[in-house]
Amino acid sequence: MTSVPISWYLLLAAALFVVGTLGALTRRNGISIFLSIEVMLNAANLTLVAYARQLDQRTGQLLVFFVIAVAAAEAAVGLALFIAVFRQRRTIDVNRLNLMRW
Amino acid sequence: MHELLWLIPVLPLLGAAINGLLGWRFPKGLVTAVAIGAPLASLLLALGCLWEYAHGGCPGGVCVQTLYAWTAGDLSIPIAFQLDALSAVMLFIVTFVGFLIHVYSIGYMGHEEGYRRYFSYLNLFMAAMLLLVLGNNFLVMFFGWEGVGLCSYLLIGFYSDQPFPPYAGKKAFIVNRIGDFAFLIGMFALFAKFGTLNFKPIFDAVAKNPGLVGGQYALGLSFAGFVALCFFVGAMGKSAQIPLYVWLPDAMAGPTPVSALIHAATMVTAGVYMIARTNVIYQLAPGVSQFVAVIGAVTAIFAASIGMAQNDIKKVLAYSTVSQLGYMFLAAGLGAYSAAIFHLGTHAFFKALLFLGSGSVIHAMGGEQDMQRMGGLGKHLPQTSKLFWIGCLAIAGIPPLAGFFSKDEILHAAAANGQWALYLVGLITAVMTSFYMFRAYYMTFAGRFRGTHEQEHHLHESPPVMTVPLWILAAGAVLAGFAGVPKLLSFGRDLNWFHRFLEPVIAHPHGLGTDEHGLSVGLEIFLVLLAIAAAFGGLFAARALYGRDAGIEKERAWTGRFPAVYRVLANKYYVDEIYDRLIVKPLAWISWLFWKGVDTFLIDTLIVNGGAAATELTGDVGRFTTTGNVRNYALYFFLGVILLFWWIAFR
Repeated sequence: MTSVPISWYLLLAAALFVVGTLGALTRRNGISIFLSIEVMLNAANLTLVAYARQLDQRTGQLLVFFVIAVAAAEAAVGLALFIAVFRQRRTIDVNRLNLMRW
Repeated sequence: MHELLWLIPVLPLLGAAINGLLGWRFPKGLVTAVAIGAPLASLLLALGCLWEYAHGGCPGGVCVQTLYAWTAGDLSIPIAFQLDALSAVMLFIVTFVGFLIHVYSIGYMGHEEGYRRYFSYLNLFMAAMLLLVLGNNFLVMFFGWEGVGLCSYLLIGFYSDQPFPPYAGKKAFIVNRIGDFAFLIGMFALFAKFGTLNFKPIFDAVAKNPGLVGGQYALGLSFAGFVALCFFVGAMGKSAQIPLYVWLPDAMAGPTPVSALIHAATMVTAGVYMIARTNVIYQLAPGVSQFVAVIGAVTAIFAASIGMAQNDIKKVLAYSTVSQLGYMFLAAGLGAYSAAIFHLGTHAFFKALLFLGSGSVIHAMGGEQDMQRMGGLGKHLPQTSKLFWIGCLAIAGIPPLAGFFSKDEILHAAAANGQWALYLVGLITAVMTSFYMFRAYYMTFAGRFRGTHEQEHHLHESPPVMTVPLWILAAGAVLAGFAGVPKLLSFGRDLNWFHRFLEPVIAHPHGLGTDEHGLSVGLEIFLVLLAIAAAFGGLFAARALYGRDAGIEKERAWTGRFPAVYRVLANKYYVDEIYDRLIVKPLAWISWLFWKGVDTFLIDTLIVNGGAAATELTGDVGRFTTTGNVRNYALYFFLGVILLFWWIAFR
């Protein structure tokens, strides 16, 4: 059984990470930014899993569970925040959420 | 009784505290009662202690009372009082004259605004002065020394609503600090050498260790010489000797009883007391002692010559005080410590008398101090006139008043030590003393009145509360001299009770004493007659110039012949001006430099305001990064992460 070389996984993870980063930096919709951050987290997860398999250790896989848990919590809190913001401001366009400035 | 010694300084301190801190609602009578009661109680206690002392109440001639031992590391300072012959004499003078001047002040200060404040300061002064003379180590003494300096400052500047008195007070305090600094250095040197500041162990160690005489310690002097010099510089400040005398004439800005008590009778003699106290050290330092004698003699003649040309009655007395202090230092420098203390005692009486007499005159004249506006006051102030006359006779050295005996003893000491130059200076000073005192007397009390009509109308003899203390002081000025009758006039017996009394405190390890060094009886009689002639010479010269009417015109005609000399004397040798140019102005200039350069520019502008400006500038620039836009923050965050990784990867 020929296994997929690790570099492929890493390249895919890097691509995902870049896509996520660019998305997080460029999107204006709060939920889109959120999604982008999830993409970045999953890129990191992919790397961890890939290495866990490559090195035949369980630590990386274990860590991924934590990351998923954190991501879920983050999503819950983040979405709640956006709902609260939307109730106040009728928008979640982050360009218009700039009251905290000089 | 001597277990109550500690109460003597503490009672006036309590009086000062009660009047000063609690007395703002007191009626005037209660203020007076507290202010007079405290020194009276001190006086009675002191007399009790002295009575007991005189009857052998102190074994070995010294009573020590330790209240509390203050310890810090190696340093152990007992807060202790000591009664021995020397402090007994000082104790008597300070409490007795001090009490009389308190009583006199009731009358003199009766109409003044700060009556309570005045008496609170005056009581505080008594406490500090008594601490000074009763302390049994240098630190307690120094505490009193600084305390009297503080009170002097407060009382010189008493009339704080006028411009000059506060200035004079500051001048006194600052000039005194110069001397105090040297005093401190001397104390440090003693502590470094002996590990204690108590009188007895130090003096015992010094007396047993003549090795301290030789060798070099500092400034090319032996240890004893160095310490002696430091203490003498301290004494120069407190006791107004050249070059630190300049504060005393200005100190006359204070109320007249203060001038009498602090700046004539007691505080300014602290330096003489200190030298007499440390005579063991001075006897091991003949060079410094000679220096003390020379400074004393020069100060004596210098101040006396200025006194001859002053028109302010208090200024005359101030320069006279400086001059008489010079006599005391002359005696101390010659090793005649008991003569110095003797003159200190007689001087306390007659100078307090003269000052208070002048106060009575000033009181009657409604604050006028210029003798050119006085004259003929003998008619209006008969008692004051007589009292002032007695004071003049005493200070001039007319026998058998007190000044004659004490001054003669000093002159005799100079002659007996073969110091004929100093003797001559002392003799000329005696002529001058007699001259300026009788000049003041005649200008004030003889002739006709030269003031304004209102002043003449206002003239009145002072109330008994002022004249009675004067009569008591006058009795002292007449009689005090008999405590120290010289051997020559003792008819073969030793009547110099004072000298014998002080004998235990004054050691003679190296023969630097006053004892006769082969002056023949004939020569001694001649010298005594010379001193008497000097006193009468001054008297008659003054009488010739000022005795009858029109004294001022005669003086002007006479001084007109030596305009330059008169101008120099009347302007006090321009010493204040010289100090101003040489010391005050450069110091003021340096201060200005520090003020403008260091304080205003470096600290205020550069560091404080500069720091604030730098913070504000960075804030002004940096605040543009706070856009409020989340995506910008995300970008910074991202860039920061990249930088961090960059650093981790390529460091």
